[in-house]
Amino acid sequence: MGRNDIDTKKDSRHENNCENCHGEMYDFRELDDIIMQAKVIKGNLIIILQEAQRIYGYLPREVINRISEKTGHTTAEIYGVATFYAQFRLKPIGKHLIMLCQGTACHVSGAQQIEKAIKEELEIEDGETTEDMLFTLNNVACLGCCSLAPVMMIKTGEEEETHGKLTPEKTVEIIKELRLLEEQGTENEREAV
Amino acid sequence: MKIFVGQGSCGIASGAKKTAVRISEILKEKDLDIPVIPTGCIGICYLEPIVDIYEEDGKMTRYTGVMAEMAEEIIESHVINGKPLKKYMIPEEGEAFLGKQTRIVLENCGIINPEDIEEYIAKGGYMAMEKALKEMSREEICHEITVSDLRGRGGGGFLTGRKWNQVREQKDSCKYVVCNADEGDPGAFMDRSVMEGDPHKMLEGMIIAGIATGAGEGYIYVRAEYPLAVKRLQKAISDAEQKNFLGENILGTDFSFRIHINLGAGAFVCGEGSALTASIEGKRGMPRVKPPRTVEQGLFGKPTVLNNVETFANVPYIIRNSAEAFKKIGTAGNSGTKAFALTGNVVNTGLIEVPMGTRLKDIIFDIGGGVKDGKGFKAVQIGGPSGGCLTKRHLDLPLDFDSLEKEGAMIGSGGLVVMDEDTCMVSIARFFMDFTQKESCGKCVPCREGTHIMLELLDDITEARAGKDTVNNLLELADTIKNTALCGLGKTAPNPVISTISEFKEEYMAHVVDGICPAGVCEAYKKIIIDDGKCVGCGLCKKVCPVNAISGGSYKKAHVIDNNKCIKCKACLGVCKLDAISIA
Repeated sequence: MGRNDIDTKKDSRHENNCENCHGEMYDFRELDDIIMQAKVIKGNLIIILQEAQRIYGYLPREVINRISEKTGHTTAEIYGVATFYAQFRLKPIGKHLIMLCQGTACHVSGAQQIEKAIKEELEIEDGETTEDMLFTLNNVACLGCCSLAPVMMIKTGEEEETHGKLTPEKTVEIIKELRLLEEQGTENEREAV
Repeated sequence: MKIFVGQGSCGIASGAKKTAVRISEILKEKDLDIPVIPTGCIGICYLEPIVDIYEEDGKMTRYTGVMAEMAEEIIESHVINGKPLKKYMIPEEGEAFLGKQTRIVLENCGIINPEDIEEYIAKGGYMAMEKALKEMSREEICHEITVSDLRGRGGGGFLTGRKWNQVREQKDSCKYVVCNADEGDPGAFMDRSVMEGDPHKMLEGMIIAGIATGAGEGYIYVRAEYPLAVKRLQKAISDAEQKNFLGENILGTDFSFRIHINLGAGAFVCGEGSALTASIEGKRGMPRVKPPRTVEQGLFGKPTVLNNVETFANVPYIIRNSAEAFKKIGTAGNSGTKAFALTGNVVNTGLIEVPMGTRLKDIIFDIGGGVKDGKGFKAVQIGGPSGGCLTKRHLDLPLDFDSLEKEGAMIGSGGLVVMDEDTCMVSIARFFMDFTQKESCGKCVPCREGTHIMLELLDDITEARAGKDTVNNLLELADTIKNTALCGLGKTAPNPVISTISEFKEEYMAHVVDGICPAGVCEAYKKIIIDDGKCVGCGLCKKVCPVNAISGGSYKKAHVIDNNKCIKCKACLGVCKLDAISIA
């Protein structure tokens, strides 16, 4: 990433202790392009926020400030929209986002047991991320795969995979498998180095 | 020969993608030039992944539950040796599941390749649009839809044609068509299936709405939880533009129409009309006071036609076959079909489409195959968090807008969640209240505070803290919210509570008066039991109990637990080495 291209000054007040941005700096080039392109779209704020979240994985404070600067929306207005919708995150998430369906069909088919199994396996609560930044658990409204209840969708980057007819054992197995793949991945990287 | 593999979200989750890839690999290995085509969901979700093999003469053999490792055997026997494999073919009850339906909206789902516009055209697609554009006046289109009695399939049941006509009559030169594809009801997925399995049908309906009302632009507001539907819609729009079914001067006429896709960002309230348009405008999705109504001042303050996916998908059929043909299906004033998502404790889960007015019994027992695991039928929740529950006494009830309204329930978007005898109705009511409480946008006090307090009262019941007047307090509060909330979401939020209390009052009373949960679901009503045959009085449980509820126990003499003191922490269960302690 071209850090030299960054043209905003770091705000010294929250350089090291802001929990939203961790004092990091951001490359705004792609975001700026998107804001430019979105100028022709009426009511574009949600679209810009969705794209920003795609780029950065979440909505850091710097990014919201930047959007405010470039679009003229006040930061209050942007935070108003970002906190209204469940999809937007103000904190970074893990590599694998586990979206556990809490729809009616999943509820009557035992989604609570699945939730318990995930929480115990990962030692996190709903909305939290594991310390190794690998997994985040989000309870979500219906995923629309009711006939396969209980269901979870695991989002890794841009890829989504839906797992149906879950049991607590099957769920733990899926998580363990992902973790194993990650460990093998890092080992391979190390070997390559 | 052609091979279709059902690849809706549910099929893919069952492994259909791997099956399709494996089939292609095998065909390549064997040097066979047979196309493997993705198709949408046929609705028999419990039998996924589904593979249909079409012979040259059009004869189709359907295989179900085809996992990747079964592909080779099927190809070997059916494709190479010409011997269909009976053991993997669709079971009889699967055929029956499909045979008892009437399909208009879902007619092409699971039959055609949703990513190929030519296949939709071959099924008569875009004929209705051309007819509306070249042979009918705006008034005639609106009239045809009005006399067809097509009512909004999103739950409201408002006459679609009347809505269109009101927008047509508006003088404003800028008008919009909006498709509500924010299918947020937990337990409903018919709109997803249409978008994934037959996206052009819905686009065609939207274009016809544009022609009828004089709108130039359309918006589809889709949930972000439906990535596959979004992908297929994008492809469908760009293909339709290539064919000049969308864009400037459609088919050489002076009518121009464009369709945009807006992704929802996860707010259930955006299913409400004015909240949805606010969200498309990039704002917080909060409902506003009406009037002005959407038909007068909707999206960007302009006259707007707002219908849901299923409603639009009915339109091409009506224009092509006439309102009379449409009215032959269903009951008087409730014409056409309705798609239902059949889920929960039922044998055959999936998506079905039946004529309006089909009896509940026929859906659950004939098509659905009855309750799972041979258990007894208790109730069915219809219409999601805004709906109500139907019980044994409703089994003969025809499912249509008017009959349901009389019973205090609503068809909603058409989710049917079947519940067996082991379901606790208080827990179910609590589940829906928890949902609406979380999804309340917070704008009006009755909904924001009222649903919160109702949830607390329900928690009191399920956690064994409630008194006799809790149930009455619930009903009183429900009545206030129903009468004073701002939007449809708030007004209908108490419905599950009202309907479960009216149908299962004795179950509520069993909780608050007798101190038992008849279904054995609510944890707080469970009792810890020490089996005096197994217990040797070792003292481990007594030591670990934080509230000294366990007493007695000496050499070979069993412990005794005082369930009034016990807080159900289950610490004793964990330490007992003899499995003498259980919970019931």
